[in-house]
Amino acid sequence: MAHEHKLEIFRGLVKFKSNIQKIWGVLIFLSIITAVEVILGIYKPDFFMKTYILDMKLLNWVFIILTLVKAYYIAWDFMHLRDEKSSLRRAIVWTPIYLIIYLVFILLFEATYIYDVFKNGYLSWNF
Amino acid sequence: METTVTTGTEDSVWGGGNKPLGASYGKMMMWFFIVSDALTFSGFLAAYGFSRFKFIETWPIADEVFTHVPFFHGNYPMIYVAFMTFILIMSSVTMVLAVDAGHKMKQNKVIIYMFLTIIGGAIFVGSQAWEWATFIRGDYGALETKGGRILQFVDAANDNKRIAIGDFAKSMPETREQHTKDAGIWYMGESSLPSYSLNEVLAGLKDNPNILVRTEQINEEGHKTILNRSETLAKVNQAVRVVEGANLVRNEYGSRLFADFFFFITGFHGFHVFSGVVINVIIFLNVVLGTYERRGHYEMVEKVGLYWHFVDLVWVFVFTFFYLV
Repeated sequence: MAHEHKLEIFRGLVKFKSNIQKIWGVLIFLSIITAVEVILGIYKPDFFMKTYILDMKLLNWVFIILTLVKAYYIAWDFMHLRDEKSSLRRAIVWTPIYLIIYLVFILLFEATYIYDVFKNGYLSWNF
Repeated sequence: METTVTTGTEDSVWGGGNKPLGASYGKMMMWFFIVSDALTFSGFLAAYGFSRFKFIETWPIADEVFTHVPFFHGNYPMIYVAFMTFILIMSSVTMVLAVDAGHKMKQNKVIIYMFLTIIGGAIFVGSQAWEWATFIRGDYGALETKGGRILQFVDAANDNKRIAIGDFAKSMPETREQHTKDAGIWYMGESSLPSYSLNEVLAGLKDNPNILVRTEQINEEGHKTILNRSETLAKVNQAVRVVEGANLVRNEYGSRLFADFFFFITGFHGFHVFSGVVINVIIFLNVVLGTYERRGHYEMVEKVGLYWHFVDLVWVFVFTFFYLV
C-alpha cells in the first residue's frame, strides 16, 4: 500500500520533504486558525461586529470562511483526499456541497420569513 | 452476492477486481458512509440555523453560556471549547501518523500512535460530559414568564453583571415538597423542585432595589436588554416559575430550542466520538495482535482513520455554528 503523497500545500507555496513533516505543518496551520477564531470570538472587534455583508455580521462571515478553510485542510491532508483520484474526490465533495447549499438556502429563507411574521404579524409570542 | 466479493484474481474490466476510482471496496464504502453521515449532521445544523434565524433577536449568546473551565473559577468564555477543539485536532494528527506508519509497515509506531489517538478521544468525550453536566446544572437561575420567555437578573450596583437568584432570594418559612409517584393517588410525579420558590425570588427582588431584569431581547449593540427598576417590577408579575439549569423542556439560558439543539447536536457528535473510540480500540487490539502485519497491509487503520477525521471535521463545524457565530 505504498501511496504516493503530494507534499505541497497552498498551491505549491509550501513544499514539505516528507509526509510526516506535512502533517505537522498542517497541524500548525489549523492551530493558528483556531486561535484566531477564539481570539476574535472573545474580543469581538467593533469593525467586525458593525459591518454587515448580506445581512450577516462580517465576524460571522470570517468564522464561516475560516471553518471552511479548516475543513478543506482536514479533508485534503488528514483524510488524504489530495492523494485520491479526482473522480473520487469530486463524487465525495460536490454531492454534499450542492445538497447542503440547497437545504441551507431554503431553510434560512423560510426562517427569515417566519421571523417577519412573528415581528409584524398579529401574533403575540414574546411576553 | 457474488458481485460484492472481489478476489483480485481477475483483471479484466468487467470481471471484478477493477478499481476505477483507485480505492478499495472498503475504503469507498467508508467514504460513502461519511458522505451520508455528513448530510445528517448538515440537517441538524441547518435546522439549528432555521430556528436561530426565526428567533434572531432573542437567541441566547453562546459565549455568555459556555464560560466555565474545570478547576478554575471565573468567567472564561470559549477557552474550554477551544481546548476541546485542539485535543480533537491533535488526536487527528496522531491518527494520520498511525496511518503513515502503517503504510511503512511499522507495527510498533502504529501501536503508539493509535494509543495516543484513543487517549485524545477519551479526553474529548470526558470534556463533553463535563460540559453537559455544567450546562444541565446551570449557574444563575432565571424566571420563566407565562409566555415561556426567560427573565435573568443583573446587579446594577455591580456594573450590571449577572447575579444568581440564590444571592438575593429571601428565605421564607414555606414548604413545598416534591410530589413523587408513590405519594399521590394517581401515578404522577414531578421533577426535582428548584432551590428557591417563585415567592422567595420575588420577595428578594422587592427588597433589593439594585436587582434588574435582563430580557432575552438583543439590542442594537448586540447585548441583551436590561430593564429599568419600574419595568423590572412590572415584568416579574408575569413570571410563573423558577428555572434552574437546563432540560429538554426549559432552560435558564433563553429560548427552549437552544438547549434542545445543544443536547441533540453535541450529543449526536459525542456519540460519534464515543463509537469512534470503541472502533479505534478494536483496531488497536488487532494491530497489537499483529493481524494486519500478517495481512500484509494496514488498510483497516486507514479506514478507521477516515472515520476519526470525519468526527474531527464535524466538530469544526459544530464549534463554529454553536459556539462562535
